[in-house]
Amino acid sequence: MTMPVYASPEQFMRDRSEYARKGIGRGRSVVVTTYQNGVLFVAENHSPTLHKVSEIYDRIGLAAVGRYNEFENLRTAGIRLADVRGYSYDRRDVTARWLANAYAQTLGSIFSEHQKPYEVELCVAEVARSVGEPVPAPGETRLGAPGQRDQLYRISFDGSIVEETRYIVMGGATEPVASSMEPLFVAGWGLDAALAAAVKSLGAGGEGAPRTLDSGQLEVAVLERTVPERTFRRLERATLDALLSPEATGAEQPGPDGPPGSEAVEQHPADPQPGATASTAEAPEQPEA
Amino acid sequence: MTDRDSGSNWPITAVPAAYLTPGGASFTEFLAKAEPQLLPGGRAYGADQMPHGTTIVALTCADGVVLAGDRRATMGNLIAQRDIEKVFAADSHSAIGIAGTAGLAIEMVRLFKLELEHYEKIEGVRLSLDGKANRLGAMIRGNLGAAMQGLAVVPLFAGFDIDRLPGADAGRIFSYDVTGGRYEEQDYYAIGSGSMFARSALKKRYERGATLPDAVRAAIEALYDAADDDSATGGPDLTRKIYPLVIAVTTTGARRLTDAEVGAVAEEVVAGRMVNPGG
Repeated sequence: MTMPVYASPEQFMRDRSEYARKGIGRGRSVVVTTYQNGVLFVAENHSPTLHKVSEIYDRIGLAAVGRYNEFENLRTAGIRLADVRGYSYDRRDVTARWLANAYAQTLGSIFSEHQKPYEVELCVAEVARSVGEPVPAPGETRLGAPGQRDQLYRISFDGSIVEETRYIVMGGATEPVASSMEPLFVAGWGLDAALAAAVKSLGAGGEGAPRTLDSGQLEVAVLERTVPERTFRRLERATLDALLSPEATGAEQPGPDGPPGSEAVEQHPADPQPGATASTAEAPEQPEA
Repeated sequence: MTDRDSGSNWPITAVPAAYLTPGGASFTEFLAKAEPQLLPGGRAYGADQMPHGTTIVALTCADGVVLAGDRRATMGNLIAQRDIEKVFAADSHSAIGIAGTAGLAIEMVRLFKLELEHYEKIEGVRLSLDGKANRLGAMIRGNLGAAMQGLAVVPLFAGFDIDRLPGADAGRIFSYDVTGGRYEEQDYYAIGSGSMFARSALKKRYERGATLPDAVRAAIEALYDAADDDSATGGPDLTRKIYPLVIAVTTTGARRLTDAEVGAVAEEVVAGRMVNPGG
């Protein structure tokens, strides 16, 4: 009879965490942030069909990083959960908090009970119908009443869950992206400013940074606050190019109070036609619009 | 770790195993597997007096297709409801109208809408119009047991086929029987107790390639004729401002006409009948 090699529980968990973290760190990053009229998802994704950002329900969206087959499994489960709940109760009874909890518990038990933890990180976002109170300023912990503020939940591979009110950076090398995002974030900013900042921040990470990402390397979607039913909308390349060009006027204007940082942000938007050369070997072929 | 080799190795959590098991994009099939108690049909029914919905008309026009329904629900010789809604936008480019047992029909529409939305969210693309029509047929077939007990649900399905060019018969109409048989109808169709009269009216009024306002007018005229001769169909109720429900499905999507828009047409129709009751 052979005895298994003894590993302390701490060592065992550490190994699993490290394994999952390494898997997630290999991918490309995703930025999720709130803006004046909703929630913005920006993912660096070179595939136009294998999505990292998805609609879950009327006011709920999901962004995921890590192993595709694993987060696709969770995405499908989330859509099923939400649709069954909305069908058996009412559409208003499907909330991001509930879904995020379900994901957290599932990932938590997979982490502790299965041989291999899931190498995924998720962001469940819900857009509020109206923002009753301003989004808290950096460092401020005061939160608006539920339903009156956008909710961003980050769920890690081990089931830990964190609520953010400003922005979330997941996947790949998060640190350069997050530190680029931090000074740019302005509560209640417009879509063009938020998008430009997210794209610039994504370009701050990855190989050969700083890179300039063009619309073909991005998967962008929004949850639009003012839409009555299904708020999720993908932004196509043409829309992205228009929003990312320096002279963007667009339908989406920054807030009436004029976020002070937005002018500075717009000085460095991603060039709409940089070609693949600017983005290094990361993007050998570009999907056509 | 002994549970790893069985199918029940998913941890007991907030997300049951059935939800995490890979499968198709059909919401109905998923419900049947995971939550069968939520499915319509397969339950015992006792009462024989239940609200019934009545006349639905559909006709194609140059821009797409128009689907309209009256607002009356009857229970035997009584009017159960004056302002029931029997016409719904099923998704962005299709609409469904129902005749038959109202409770079952409305539940079926709810499930059908979710079926389309669920597919779209899981797959990332919309079902084709024929795919939607076939799914609806399968759902009606599932209700066959109840239909045999007298609780039939018969829908009329209309949609804009985005795979066809506008003007090239992009507006399409599908009718069904209780066994789930699906029949594509040309030009116009009507279902429900007043359908015979509505269809006769449309036979005379239908014009191929008519504009959207003309098609809306023809639909409301046809519903008036149905209400004129069928006691279970309600005409435009000018005193209570209850007008037929009209959904226009065009290249830009399914749009429910506002009460003001339909009201203006309905008042014109009624005014016309003051002069010539036969239309």
